[in-house]
Amino acid sequence: MNANVWIVQNLWLIPAIPMVAAGLIALLKQPQRKASASLAIGGLGISLLLAISAFTHVLSAWSSGAFTRSAVNFTWFEIGTTHFQLGWVLDPLAAVMLVMVTFVGLLIFIYSTGYMAHDENFTRFFCFLSLFAGAMLGVLIANNLLLLFMCWEIVGLTSYLLIGFWYHKPSAAAAAKKAFLTTRVGDIFFLLGIVWLFSQTGTLLFYDNGAGAIEPAALATLLSQHAALGLTAATAIGLLIFAGAAGKSGQLPLHVWLPDAMEGPTPVSALIHAATMVAAGVYLVARVYPLMSAGATPGSTTVALTVVAWIGALTALFGALVAVAQNDIKRILAYSTVSQLGYMMVGLATGGVAIGMFHLITHAFFKALLFLGAGSVIHGCHEEQDIRHMGGLRKSMPVTFLTYSVGMLALSGFPIVFSGFWSKDAIVGAAFAWPISKGPFVLLIIGALLTAFYMTRQVAQVFFGSYRGHAHPHESPRVMTVPLAILAVFAVGLGILGTPAWPWFTSFIESKPLALDFAGFSEPGLLPLMAFATLLVFIGLGLGWMLYGRKPVNDPHAPDVLQQASPVVYSWLAGRLFWDELYAATILRWYAALAWLADFLDRRLWGGIVSAVSASFTGLGWFNKSVDSQWIDGGFDKGCEELVTTGGVLAWLQAGRTPGYLRSMLVGLLVLAGLALAIGASLGQVRL
Amino acid sequence: MMPVLTILTAIPAVAGAAALLAGNRAAIARGIALVAAISTLLLSAWVWCSLGSSGAMSFVERADWVPGLGIEYHLGVDGLGALMLLLSAIVTLMAIAASRPNSKIASQQPGLYFALILLLQSGLFGTFTALNFFHWFLFWELSLIPAFFLIKLWGAEGRGPAATQFFVYTMVGSVALLLAFLALFIATGSFDFQVLAQMAADGSLTPAIQSHLGPISLWLALGVLLGFAVKVPLMPFHTWLPATYSKAPTPVTMLLTGAMSKMGVYGLLRLALPLFGHELAQVRTPLLILATLTVVAGAWAAAVQKDLKRIFAYSSINHLGYCLLAIFAIALPTGSDTAVQLSQTAALDGVILQMFNHGLTAAAIFWFLSMLESRSGGNLAIDNFGGLRKPAPIFCGLMGIALFSSLGLPGLNGFVSEFLIFRGVWPLAWLPATVSVLGLLITAAVILTVIQRVFSGPLPEKWKTFPDLTSGEILVMAPVLLLMLILGLVPQLVLGTVNPTVMHLLAGWRY
Repeated sequence: MNANVWIVQNLWLIPAIPMVAAGLIALLKQPQRKASASLAIGGLGISLLLAISAFTHVLSAWSSGAFTRSAVNFTWFEIGTTHFQLGWVLDPLAAVMLVMVTFVGLLIFIYSTGYMAHDENFTRFFCFLSLFAGAMLGVLIANNLLLLFMCWEIVGLTSYLLIGFWYHKPSAAAAAKKAFLTTRVGDIFFLLGIVWLFSQTGTLLFYDNGAGAIEPAALATLLSQHAALGLTAATAIGLLIFAGAAGKSGQLPLHVWLPDAMEGPTPVSALIHAATMVAAGVYLVARVYPLMSAGATPGSTTVALTVVAWIGALTALFGALVAVAQNDIKRILAYSTVSQLGYMMVGLATGGVAIGMFHLITHAFFKALLFLGAGSVIHGCHEEQDIRHMGGLRKSMPVTFLTYSVGMLALSGFPIVFSGFWSKDAIVGAAFAWPISKGPFVLLIIGALLTAFYMTRQVAQVFFGSYRGHAHPHESPRVMTVPLAILAVFAVGLGILGTPAWPWFTSFIESKPLALDFAGFSEPGLLPLMAFATLLVFIGLGLGWMLYGRKPVNDPHAPDVLQQASPVVYSWLAGRLFWDELYAATILRWYAALAWLADFLDRRLWGGIVSAVSASFTGLGWFNKSVDSQWIDGGFDKGCEELVTTGGVLAWLQAGRTPGYLRSMLVGLLVLAGLALAIGASLGQVRL
Repeated sequence: MMPVLTILTAIPAVAGAAALLAGNRAAIARGIALVAAISTLLLSAWVWCSLGSSGAMSFVERADWVPGLGIEYHLGVDGLGALMLLLSAIVTLMAIAASRPNSKIASQQPGLYFALILLLQSGLFGTFTALNFFHWFLFWELSLIPAFFLIKLWGAEGRGPAATQFFVYTMVGSVALLLAFLALFIATGSFDFQVLAQMAADGSLTPAIQSHLGPISLWLALGVLLGFAVKVPLMPFHTWLPATYSKAPTPVTMLLTGAMSKMGVYGLLRLALPLFGHELAQVRTPLLILATLTVVAGAWAAAVQKDLKRIFAYSSINHLGYCLLAIFAIALPTGSDTAVQLSQTAALDGVILQMFNHGLTAAAIFWFLSMLESRSGGNLAIDNFGGLRKPAPIFCGLMGIALFSSLGLPGLNGFVSEFLIFRGVWPLAWLPATVSVLGLLITAAVILTVIQRVFSGPLPEKWKTFPDLTSGEILVMAPVLLLMLILGLVPQLVLGTVNPTVMHLLAGWRY
């Protein structure tokens, strides 16, 4: 691919334009709503056009069989005689993500003008959204792990600002802080990984004509070096980077922030905490995949990827389990997101970049759709979020209902028509074929069943039965429903890009030739596995409908059907398996105890030693003082009197008003200097 | 050639005398101080910009003083010195701007107040330019005295013990320094930093000490170290700091944390490392443990403070702890290992950048605290506030930028220096580096807690009419915040001059 093309040289504009827009909006005043929304939408719109241009450029390179990656690097600063370079990279991975983020982002921006129409901090909202978009796009094009990390942290900042957007609510302020700190736990490991990688390879560029940190030469070095516990440096660094990814993508055990992040406005949940930012962790693993998989041979894998697979699979099941017993419409979706991110991680670890990334893309569309649909429901029910107080909304909110159903079926993996089916099935298939263990596969298929179940439960309670709330539900305005409809089209249509017969997405990401070949379906074991997965989905849908749809809930205060069946299990699930309580009882306590200890040491131990020392000096000081006041001050005061009588410096007296300190100090300094001179002189003479 | 550095040091001293004459006329005294501060800022900016990229000493002034005693008037700056001049000038200007003529602080004997601030600046300038111990020490002490009186006379309740503690503590450090250098003089007959560093580099310093005074070079190193360890500070020599920072009038705290704390780091770089590299290497492990303690315990102690000024006092300890960590980590024999050399270079680049960044950010944070203080009637307890984003969005937004700079957010100044420090320390001392990253996490927790408790949550009735920043105040702070952003995005602006200096310094004492 030709690096001298305009779009490659100016790829930085894609993140820069929304950032500049954010800066301009920051200068606007609260009432300038139209201007702020126009700047944000206009900025991201231009980025979308540029992203499409970048995408078509990669596409044309691919179809002409050329090399599809080009990077532009520049020096940021110098360390010693070395140049520390930053840069950006355009390849299929980045191109696909750029288009997805700008497109979904733009829809959500437009939706937000409706959703946030009555918020007094409307302008600030668009400032933060724009900054988010810029930073997120920066993550995508970074050709340097540190640059990626920097954008990554700014993304974290905007997530923090937007979760705490309604700052007057203590719960929102607390959730924002929790999100930032939990992800930062992962990030300090990530930072160590960066520092280590930099120390070992001398560069942080991903691609640099063979000299990059994830190109074969550097990887060979990393593989030959050994860290502790029999790991190679490559594995250790890979694991540290994955810790950062796990924090951002809500993987166990750093998932606790993501459900709380739902305190933010719903468009934020859709854009940041479902479609894009939380997927950044998955993208990071995909970006450094050569490092994660360094040393793997056919039929085996690396320690790093094994860890990714297991963490992902456990998270996938965990999220699905907990989602079953939640009653907040957004929290159900949040746990669903946690779970789906786990699927993506398993996809990356067992099937490679394309399989994980395809689910990322389809999920971005249908999960954004679900969140925006939930926002529409919340909006229509006058800020009600509890599904027990909804019901029967399919009549009053037909567009929302239809589009939401599409999202729900896509997420559940309803066969053939919906994109989620194809992308999830590819992951399940890859996990099945994984040579190391069948464990992740088993966890994933249980999760698949539960996914269909909890989504049916939610849809049945929200849209079927009779309305159980006290508001007057109404359909949302066009500015909100049109984005829903567009997203619904993609939630269906995208599946076509990833069928076994026409694996467009995989071929594109891996830059391989593509052909339509229905023989793709005849791979051994593929169809039976698909049938099995489909069966599980139907069981989940059926169970959900049996328990919640056939006999609609009429009393919002009645215990849940599952709660009646098994109160203990239900309370564990509803309590989210008590991770938060566990952390409160352990890490947060240790933190408080150590902070107390640090303060105690300060006050008692160090402070005590100092007091003891100073007490012993007090005696000496008393002696000094008496000498001072008897002799030195006496002479000084006399001198001052003489100055006054001779009409000396008036201002000096002003200082003289302050009790003796200044005077004795000055004299003291002079004496000290004199002493030093005298000692020095005598010693000097000895030498001379 | 014009004696630029002498002029630079003289301007605040002369202006200080003039301010003193202004007596009780606060506006005039402050006006004089502002003019002096602005002109020194311009001059030091010019010095910074006209430094070459050789990394060697520039603007050198030399004159005999007391030749028989090896005392010479010898001034000069390299990238390190010039950057510190610039920082001192910026922080002084900010401190003067924060000392409002109608405030309680400046209304009591304003002439003396501004005179002392200017004298302090003069002391800082002298310290950062002197290349002869005698001369350097004079200014080192000279900066201490005005600081003492500023705390003693204008501080908050409880200022007396705080001022005394500050003075006694630093004085102990100074005595240790003085004794060590007198011993060095006896051994070598020189007070000149460059001569002494040259002797250390060619290996003749330790034998000289040995032959004149016996095997005490390690003790001399520890004496010098103590002087600087108190000033920075290094735990456990820090207990003066929280009391001093919280009791000092806030503009003075800006000077203490923004500029004076850098004197200690500067001394370590200019004197301790070049002269006593071998000796520091011998005690490297305990020093690294103390530096790690400083980073982690400093941050942790900040987490339980109730007073905002104390919180950021401890946070200051934490931030300068990274500098100490890096300085001690690089104190080891390099040999010809280029990988180690590169790590040392990265670490020192980071240290010097961190000095500037921390000075800028900490001074800015205390500036905001002074605004908070004057609006809340002096109460800076963290429980006193809440929900301020509502009545004062600009204040919270701008202070938020400074706070996130302190947190080390990429895109703002603090991140690059901390990254470089960890890049340098990791290969040389991976365990202290690993433990110290905890400091980054705890600092984030502390700062976000401040934001949560002060800016967010419900707004108490009494702050419903909390006044936002005036446009004049915004104008003061906007350039500082802009500088944070610029340095975060284009660190080469500083590193371009610092990096050659670091290479020069390292070439001098590498062994």
